[in-house]
Amino acid sequence: MTTTPEAPALPMPRGPVSEAVLSALRGDRTVPPAVEGSTPYGEDLQLALYCCYELHYRGFREVDPDREWDPALIALRGDLERVFVDALRNDVPAGADVRGELDALLVEHVDAYGVSHHLRHHGELWQLREYVAHRSLYHLKEADPQSFVIPRLDGSAKTALVTVQHDEYGAGDPERAHAKLFADMMLELDLSPAYGTYLDSAPAEMLAEVNFMSWCGLHRASRAALIGQFATIELTSSPGSDRLVKAMRRLGCGPAAIRFYAEHVEADAVHEQLVRREVIAPLLEAEPDSASDLVFGIRGSTFLGARTEEHMLHHWGRGESSFREVRDVRIP
Amino acid sequence: MAEDRRRVVVTGEGPILVHGPVDVEMPDGTHVHSDRAVTALCACGRSRRRPFCDTSHRRRVRDDVGKENDP
Repeated sequence: MTTTPEAPALPMPRGPVSEAVLSALRGDRTVPPAVEGSTPYGEDLQLALYCCYELHYRGFREVDPDREWDPALIALRGDLERVFVDALRNDVPAGADVRGELDALLVEHVDAYGVSHHLRHHGELWQLREYVAHRSLYHLKEADPQSFVIPRLDGSAKTALVTVQHDEYGAGDPERAHAKLFADMMLELDLSPAYGTYLDSAPAEMLAEVNFMSWCGLHRASRAALIGQFATIELTSSPGSDRLVKAMRRLGCGPAAIRFYAEHVEADAVHEQLVRREVIAPLLEAEPDSASDLVFGIRGSTFLGARTEEHMLHHWGRGESSFREVRDVRIP
Repeated sequence: MAEDRRRVVVTGEGPILVHGPVDVEMPDGTHVHSDRAVTALCACGRSRRRPFCDTSHRRRVRDDVGKENDP
């Protein structure tokens, strides 16, 4: 067994369920924890799920890569997913009007106020750095959760999705891969670009966003939800990225910091068109029943994204850090 | 030679999509290039990153209630 040298260290537990998962990852004999009754979007469940999923990406430094397919961990992961996804299905209204959902995402609400609006007009550099540190949980593996869907697609939907992913991965130039541009931005903002550095400080809300992507990507049955999640990113990213470019200029950030979001203004203006016309349209035509899962992907990711933004704005509004207080909650 | 023709999609609602790398000559004679597999060229005239689309063609609304309700 070998692990990748740059694999991250295991995080600190956040309660009994994540403690049991971490202990199983270390190879200790572990009694499966009772998952029912866990708070669906809570710190403990979200971290436990995040660690289960991480085995499918880079893994952890001290964890045997074969644990990825450990039947006990897969069973536990299934229990965690049910609590999380059942709650999400309960919290977002069901629908099947994909066209209506996409049209709604394409409208710019001029009086909306999210994290990018805050950072553009009033945000301070420490808040921008916290935002980037939280987002690093996704952007240092940007496009990876969505790549799991490639073998589950066919025809033009597959071709167009790979065209978008090719751009995400730098279009033949690793220096231009979006994850690399993000790492360069982190360095310029004096943050560590090492994968997994900000896992302990990230709140459950951020973990839930990434967990939703992983859930969509790792289940063939939820491939339409993955496309809905993917579309939500690509459709909403350009205007927000433009505000973040302005925020960085206002705060005097350097060119590598500005480049990441500047690239996303242009790239996602293209990706939006490809996703709507060449991924979603043919998928819906071939599989009309996938409409409700597409809508679930859109509404689920919008709902979870809004929770992360509320978390940051809530703490910043009180002059506090949005980082989690890192403390040892290991069960004695 | 038909197979060598570039695919160009006029979306009607926003940009013109051009498949393949493009070299664009601007009104002042300067050249801008894009090596993306597909490039979105601004057709509405509102982009601040012309010749490229920056989604400025999108409809903008003011919400009466201030904050949009999340689903």
